Amino acid sequence: MANLTRFNLRDKGADIWAGWSRPVRTIFVLSMIVLVGLLPFAASWGPTSFLNTPITSFQNVLVYPVGMFILMALGLNIVVGKSGLLDLGYVAFFAIGAYTQGILSTLYGWNTWEIMPFGIGFAMIAGVILGLPALRLRGDYLAIITLGFGEIVRLVAINMSVTGGPNGIPGIPNPPSIFGLKFDLMHPQIYFWLVVVMILLVVWMVRRFTVRRPGRAWEAIRQDEDVAALMGVNTLVYKLWSFVIGAAVGGAAGVLYASKVAVISPDMFKFDVSILILACVVFGGIGNIWGVIMGAAILAYLPERIRFISESRQLVFGAVLILMMNLRPDGLLPRKKREKITEKRSS
Amino acid sequence: MNFSVVTSQFWSLALQGLALGLIYALVSLGYTMVYGVLRLINFANSEVFMFGTFATLYIEVHFLGYDIGAPSLHGFKLVYTLAFALLASMLACAILAIIVEFVAYRRLRARGANRLASLISAIGVSIFLLEGMRIITISRPMTTPRLLDKWSFGEFHGANFRIDTVMTIIAPIIIFVVLDQFVNRSRLGKSIRAVSMSEENSKLMGININRVITLTFCIGGLTTGAAAFLYTTVYENTIFNVGFNMGIAAFTAAVLGGIGNLRGAFYGGIALGMLEQFASAMLGSQWKAVTVFTVLVVVLLFKPNGLFGEAVQQTRT
Repeated sequence: MANLTRFNLRDKGADIWAGWSRPVRTIFVLSMIVLVGLLPFAASWGPTSFLNTPITSFQNVLVYPVGMFILMALGLNIVVGKSGLLDLGYVAFFAIGAYTQGILSTLYGWNTWEIMPFGIGFAMIAGVILGLPALRLRGDYLAIITLGFGEIVRLVAINMSVTGGPNGIPGIPNPPSIFGLKFDLMHPQIYFWLVVVMILLVVWMVRRFTVRRPGRAWEAIRQDEDVAALMGVNTLVYKLWSFVIGAAVGGAAGVLYASKVAVISPDMFKFDVSILILACVVFGGIGNIWGVIMGAAILAYLPERIRFISESRQLVFGAVLILMMNLRPDGLLPRKKREKITEKRSS
Repeated sequence: MNFSVVTSQFWSLALQGLALGLIYALVSLGYTMVYGVLRLINFANSEVFMFGTFATLYIEVHFLGYDIGAPSLHGFKLVYTLAFALLASMLACAILAIIVEFVAYRRLRARGANRLASLISAIGVSIFLLEGMRIITISRPMTTPRLLDKWSFGEFHGANFRIDTVMTIIAPIIIFVVLDQFVNRSRLGKSIRAVSMSEENSKLMGININRVITLTFCIGGLTTGAAAFLYTTVYENTIFNVGFNMGIAAFTAAVLGGIGNLRGAFYGGIALGMLEQFASAMLGSQWKAVTVFTVLVVVLLFKPNGLFGEAVQQTRT
C-alpha cells in the first residue's frame, strides 16, 4: 500500500526522458502521436476491442467527452494547477464558446474556422470581466464567485431569446472540410484528430509558458502570493493572464463542441461539468500536464465504459473519486517533487 | 422592473424572505463551521440536507405510520410528533456528517494532503449520496404527509403569519442562540474556536483535534438536519436533487456573511433569503439567482471577507 501511494511515475518518466538523446525523443513523440491518431480504430481491431464502449459509439466517445474533457482540463489546469486559483465555474467559458458558435453560425452563416477566433476572444473577454473583480479575492471567495459566474452564464442563456431559451440552438452546421477531410456525423474520427491537434497546441503553449516568465510568476503566486508580490511580481496581472488563457482554451473547446453536436442547450453547461473537469485535474495530478491528460481521459471514459450498469454508473464514479483521493491524494501522476509545497494551514 | 410590488407587498415578502433565509442560515452552518476549523468547503453538506429531508419523510411515513392522506394532528400529539421528527432528522444528519468526515476528510488530513484532494473526495461522497438516493427513489419526487394544519395567526399589512412560517422563524433563532452560547461559553466550544485560530497551537494546548473536527461536523449535521425538517414541513415534498440549489444558496449565504463566522452565517442567510424574495418579486423569479450572485460579487468587492468576516485584510488560502 505504501509503495502504491508513494510511487511517482512522473519522476520515473522524467528520469527516462532525460536519459534519451534528441532523435530517440523525436521518434518516441512521433510514434505516440501516431498511436493516439489510430485510437478511433482501436474498437474495431481485435486485441484492443475491449476498449469499445457499449451503447455509445467509441469514436464519438473519444471526441466527447474524452477529447473535450482533456482539452478543458488542460485549460483549467493553467488556472488551478499552475497559478493555484480555485475556479468552480470553468464551464462558463465552454458555454460562451459554444454559444458564440451557435449564434454566429445560425444567424450570420459564418463557418467554424471564422468563428473560432471570435469564440476564443469572447471567452477571453469574459475572463477579464470576471477576473478583474474576482481575482482580488482569495481562495474560497474566488471559488464561490466563479461558481456564481458559471451559473449566471447558464441562467442568462436560459432567459434570453437570442440563445433560444431553455430549448437552446438547433441546427448548428458542422465545420467545412479542410485538406479534403470532411466533418460530418459519419466521421467522428476526423473530429478526434482535430481535437488531438488542439490538445497538442495547448500542451505546447502551456510548456512554453511554464519555462518562461509567466510560468515562473504563476509558480511564485501559487506557492505564496504575498511573497510573490513582495518580490515584485505583479500578481493581479499574472493571475488575470492565467485566467484568460484558461478561458481561451475553454472557449475553443466550446466552439468545436457546438459544431460537433449541432444542438446546444443550457442543460449541457451545468455546474456538474465544472466539477467534473476540476475532478479530472485533481484526479490526474494538479499542475502536471500528463497527469491531467490521463485523469481527464480516465474520468471521461469510465462512465461510458461502464454504461452497462447504467443505473449505478454515477454511483461507481463517486466511489472511484473517494477511493482514488484516499489512495493517491496527489493524483495519478503528481507534479515534480520540487514543485510541491506544504500549504499553510491557518492564517 | 416592478417596484410597485415591493411597496405593496413589502411585509409579505420580508416575512417570506426571513423564513427562507433562516433555513439557508441553518444549512450554511454546515459549511461555515467546517470551514472555520478545516478551511475546506464541505461539499457534501448539500447531500446531508437532502438526506435529512428523506429522513424526515421516512420517520413520518414509515416509522410513525402517517400516510400521505393522513389527517393533520392536533394538540400534544402534534407537538411530540413534530419534535420526534425534528430530532430524528437532526440525528440522522449528524451521523451522516460524521461518516462524511470519516470517509472524505480524515485519512486525507492525516496524510497532510492537498486541499483540493479533500475537495474532490467530498465531491465524490456528494455524487455517491446523490446517486444512491436517486436510485433508491427512482428519481421520483416524494410528498410528505401534512401533519401540521397550516392555520394562520393573522395578517399584518398583507403578511400572513402562518404557523409553519412562524415556526421556521422561531426554531432557527433558538438553535442559533443555543449554538452561539455553546461556541462562546462552553469548554468544547472554546476548543472549536481555538482550533479554528491555530491548529498547531491548539495541539500544543492538549486539544484533541480529531474530536473537535468530528464535533464540528456533528454540529453542522445537526443544524442541517433541523433545516431539512423545517424545509419538509413547509414545502411538503422532496426530491433526490433538492440539496443542490439549497447547497449553493447556503454556501453563498455563508460567504456573504463571512465564511467561518457563526453570526455571519446567520445574518448572511437572512440577507440572502430577503434578497431572493425581493429580487424575484421585482425582476421575475428566473433572474433571482443572477441578482443574488451579482450582489454577492459587489459585496465581496467592497468587503473581501464578507459582511461579518474576520478583520484580516485578506483571507489566506
